[in-house]
Amino acid sequence: MSHHLVELHDLSYSYPDGTKALREVSFTITHGESVALVGANGAGKSTLLMHLNGVLLPQSGAVRIGEAPITRSTLPEIRRSVGMVFQNPDDQLFMPTVYEDVAFGPLNLGLPAEEVQRRVTEALARVGATPLAARPSHHLSGGEKRNVAIATVLAMRPDILVMDEPSSNLDPLARRRLIELLLSFKHSKIIATHDLDLVLDVCKRTIVMHRGKITADGPTGEIFRNEELLRCSHLDKPLTMQACPVCGKRPQGADS
Amino acid sequence: MDISRTLFDLGRLDRLAYKKSPIHRLDPRAKLLVTLIFLITVLSFNRYAITGLIPFFFYPAVLVTMADLPPGYLAKKLLLAAPFAILVGAANPCFEPAPLVSLGPVSLSAGWISFASIILRFTLTVSAALILIATTGFHGVCVALRRIGTPGPMTVQLLLAYRYLFILVEEGARMVRARSLRTFARRGEGLTPYASLLGHLLLRTIARARRIHQAMLARGFSGELHGSAPLRFTTRDAAYLGGWITILIFFRLVNLPLLLGNWLTAG
Repeated sequence: MSHHLVELHDLSYSYPDGTKALREVSFTITHGESVALVGANGAGKSTLLMHLNGVLLPQSGAVRIGEAPITRSTLPEIRRSVGMVFQNPDDQLFMPTVYEDVAFGPLNLGLPAEEVQRRVTEALARVGATPLAARPSHHLSGGEKRNVAIATVLAMRPDILVMDEPSSNLDPLARRRLIELLLSFKHSKIIATHDLDLVLDVCKRTIVMHRGKITADGPTGEIFRNEELLRCSHLDKPLTMQACPVCGKRPQGADS
Repeated sequence: MDISRTLFDLGRLDRLAYKKSPIHRLDPRAKLLVTLIFLITVLSFNRYAITGLIPFFFYPAVLVTMADLPPGYLAKKLLLAAPFAILVGAANPCFEPAPLVSLGPVSLSAGWISFASIILRFTLTVSAALILIATTGFHGVCVALRRIGTPGPMTVQLLLAYRYLFILVEEGARMVRARSLRTFARRGEGLTPYASLLGHLLLRTIARARRIHQAMLARGFSGELHGSAPLRFTTRDAAYLGGWITILIFFRLVNLPLLLGNWLTAG
């Protein structure tokens, strides 16, 4: 098995209206890595994520997941190994009840009934949503919907978790719980987000995108200390790295 | 009318299906088939039928009682749909002024009789459909439809349409609210902004449909929704189905009120 789990090589993509969303993007992510993808609105983060499970196919360049390049024939296996959590849980939860939504993926994989049941129970327990199993998903709260959306993906036992803005629209406690949940996962993670404090807690490595290009790729702490880079990329230092607004004290290790 | 309240009411109809009565426990296929047979028998009467339809009220009455459904709530739902039936039949009295029945000094025209027949049929059929949803749930109905041979794509469409009805109405309500907050002295309420609002709703819906499809593909969707709980058709279900078929066909073939009237006047 290849040590490199996700490989992008000179990936470019333009939308039909001519907008260049990705320009020669290359990076490699290895087993168990947790990587943040940050950048301004419209920097190309979502377009990039859509290439990771073949929703979009490369116009030029290549995407490799594990051993296989993404092509039409490798799509089913790639979609099993790359679990994608969408930005809006309402797009992801379409079955009548939570249980059936989590069972949707495993059933499509053609697993036997007992195995499906085991996986659903396990995935719901993992995100703390066991009591919600019989509820219709459109009656859940935002935080509950997010957890169930994550469970739908966990039930397929993916190797890589890809998440688009996982902490958006969550109340602070739900966000804190999400961070703890993410920290407990052993999967490789790729998280596109504007929540830089979440990145600081969850991701050791950060990739910065600007106008479809990668402008920086390195250890999270180093990138967030580079104020010039952050400003150019429409970002701001994480709050926990900024001086305290009451006493003016600066956090340790934040001086650049 | 407040659109979000209507929506809440729709959710209530769905939640009634979580009750645990003997009717709720029946196999969805048995309930679906009985409902279909009920609809066929009611609709097969000729256009002036009134007395023959009366015994059919036995069916909703029994089900509402046995399934412990709130009759007031169902009646309100019925009233909500009533304008459609009234519109359909409203012109009949004008088209068919010839008297058909005379009760002493009052004579009723054929138009009024057929109008009454339409209202009766509407009440019977719509309440049967409401009862089916309230005892089986929309999902149960779709599973039953699939199992008795409805093509897969159709039941998938139905299920998804129902799931996203809530989201669509919420989205529409949000847009209407956003517009009303920036409308002053009735300016901005005209047809032009309304058309643009509808157009936007359509575009957003298409974009959402695409995202949902991607989410489905991402989890290996290949055109078929697999049900998770296996259905079991027991003797109880067979008895329920057989019993109702017998009763409904009997009601259809024998005009009970007429028979009763003849017997009373003869005696």
